Amino acid sequence: MKVTDKDVAYVADLANLELTEDERRGMVRDLNSILEYVDRLNELDTSDVPPMAQVSDRYGVDEAKQGSERFAYAMREDVLDGLRPSLPHEETLANAPDADDQFFRVPKVIER
Amino acid sequence: MEIASLTIDAARASVQERQITAVALAEAHYARIQKEDGQVGAFLTLSRERALEQAERIDRLAVDGKPLPPLAGVPVGIKDVMSTRGVRTTAGSKILEKYVPPYDCTAVSRLESAGAVVLGKMNCDEFAMGSSNENSGYGPVRNPRDLTRVPGGSSGGSAAAVAADMAVFTLGSDTGGSIRQPASFCGVVGLMPTYGRVSRYGLIAFASSLDHIGPLTKTVKDAATVLRTIAGRDPMDSTSAEVPVPDYVAELEKPVRGLKIGVAKEYFGEGLDDEVRAAVEGAIDKLKGVGCEAVPVSLPHTPYAIPTYYLIATAEASSNLARYDGVRYSQRARGVRTLSEMYRRSRDEGFGAEVKRRIMLGTYALSAGYYDAYYLKAQKVRTLLTRDFDEAFQKVDAIVTPTSPTAAFRLGEKSNDPLAMYLADIYTVTADLAGIPGISIPCGETREKLPIGLQILGKHFDEATILRVAHAYEQAT
Repeated sequence: MKVTDKDVAYVADLANLELTEDERRGMVRDLNSILEYVDRLNELDTSDVPPMAQVSDRYGVDEAKQGSERFAYAMREDVLDGLRPSLPHEETLANAPDADDQFFRVPKVIER
Repeated sequence: MEIASLTIDAARASVQERQITAVALAEAHYARIQKEDGQVGAFLTLSRERALEQAERIDRLAVDGKPLPPLAGVPVGIKDVMSTRGVRTTAGSKILEKYVPPYDCTAVSRLESAGAVVLGKMNCDEFAMGSSNENSGYGPVRNPRDLTRVPGGSSGGSAAAVAADMAVFTLGSDTGGSIRQPASFCGVVGLMPTYGRVSRYGLIAFASSLDHIGPLTKTVKDAATVLRTIAGRDPMDSTSAEVPVPDYVAELEKPVRGLKIGVAKEYFGEGLDDEVRAAVEGAIDKLKGVGCEAVPVSLPHTPYAIPTYYLIATAEASSNLARYDGVRYSQRARGVRTLSEMYRRSRDEGFGAEVKRRIMLGTYALSAGYYDAYYLKAQKVRTLLTRDFDEAFQKVDAIVTPTSPTAAFRLGEKSNDPLAMYLADIYTVTADLAGIPGISIPCGETREKLPIGLQILGKHFDEATILRVAHAYEQAT
């Protein structure tokens, strides 16, 4: 068993989940079963293999260019005027569970 | 008007020639939805007002005798992970039960600019996480070909609606197979374009390095027509590529004679159902019959694709889903007193079991002490999986495989075993990881009359070739 009750509690805390007792027990079982399967990746020697975070920098770009130059088409000047207008306040707040006419409203942030 | 088997061209022509109005065509589909969808469950929300407004606009153009745009009056369903201004968008999750987006997804607005009529939003697995549509927060979708079976997932509603003629075509999203696998299970065409080919602006993010938007259609030509409409650079999505978009429909007519079709033994091993194997081998023979040459290739790292995928996709998901915090657009738990309690209880109540499982797995894989062993390791194996394709495509123009190891399974059959469910994606996840395009087309049925899918994979930005091969196969059968 790689993942213990304690690990599940720690990870749930990081993920901002509470989880019921039942869910925690199920999570210990499922995560262990999945991670056991995932362990087969260790059969591969990857010491000389670079990691790959995305494919966009390899295909459909000008390979003569390097680094972020490959994405020059996605850049724009840093300007003050002429940008797409932001959403109006009332539209932005319309989906909020709690808001006044200017701000999202949340419970007290500082706990005592 | 008979809407069964109605294609995009036939729908548009009948509106252009005023055999039917766009309004009547939309109403015919709504009538079909009314009659069939009670038992299928493909639609989550109908956007009747928006649809009729668009249909009326098209009808006015038709009355004036103006040439109509390529999708004029064509009824479409949109997977509920794509934002639609003013029309509720849930991503299949209770946490977005009341979310009404303030803007449109680029793919949707491009369809509407081309005249398509948005009927409504399609059911799917919650946040597109699933292979059976049983993870929807709003109930499962059933396979129209056999209501005791799943339609596949996560674009299950999108596939079922096309199969049951409730829409002429739909949009789905594919992160690990979510367009191709349900297309295969429901007997329709499903196309995942190259990563970066179609803008994801307005797509609710699951795993950003893997998410794609693509069409589910009745024919290969329809898939080409839709791709031509939605493809191409969008300044609103920095990952959309600046690569010219060919006329995919015109490209269909180029000959396939002499094309080299790779057959990878790793896709025909243990776990492949005998009937699926026979159907796919039969399809390969048909492709040889139209002049393609079958060439053995090897994709040796294929057995490592599922573990790689489930580490990378869950890691990215754990980050993307952090935004559902009960503040800006997600449901908030009642009676909470502190901020931290609000986050936890809102997420606990709003997310379903599979989404929580993936957030947990992804958070674990990224957490201090495990990052190198899991996430970084998976990123390195992703390189190996991508190199496999790079090497194979030195020798061949396309690769054919089964789309899924089995035909549609029964509801409940795998829902208590997450790992068994993940293995349903075994032939589809590698294309997402490598960013290459793939299409699933029907290639026969099992003895129980369940559809079987043939998958054709292509080189980056070479959708034209896989569409051409798929079209040649479709025409030959």
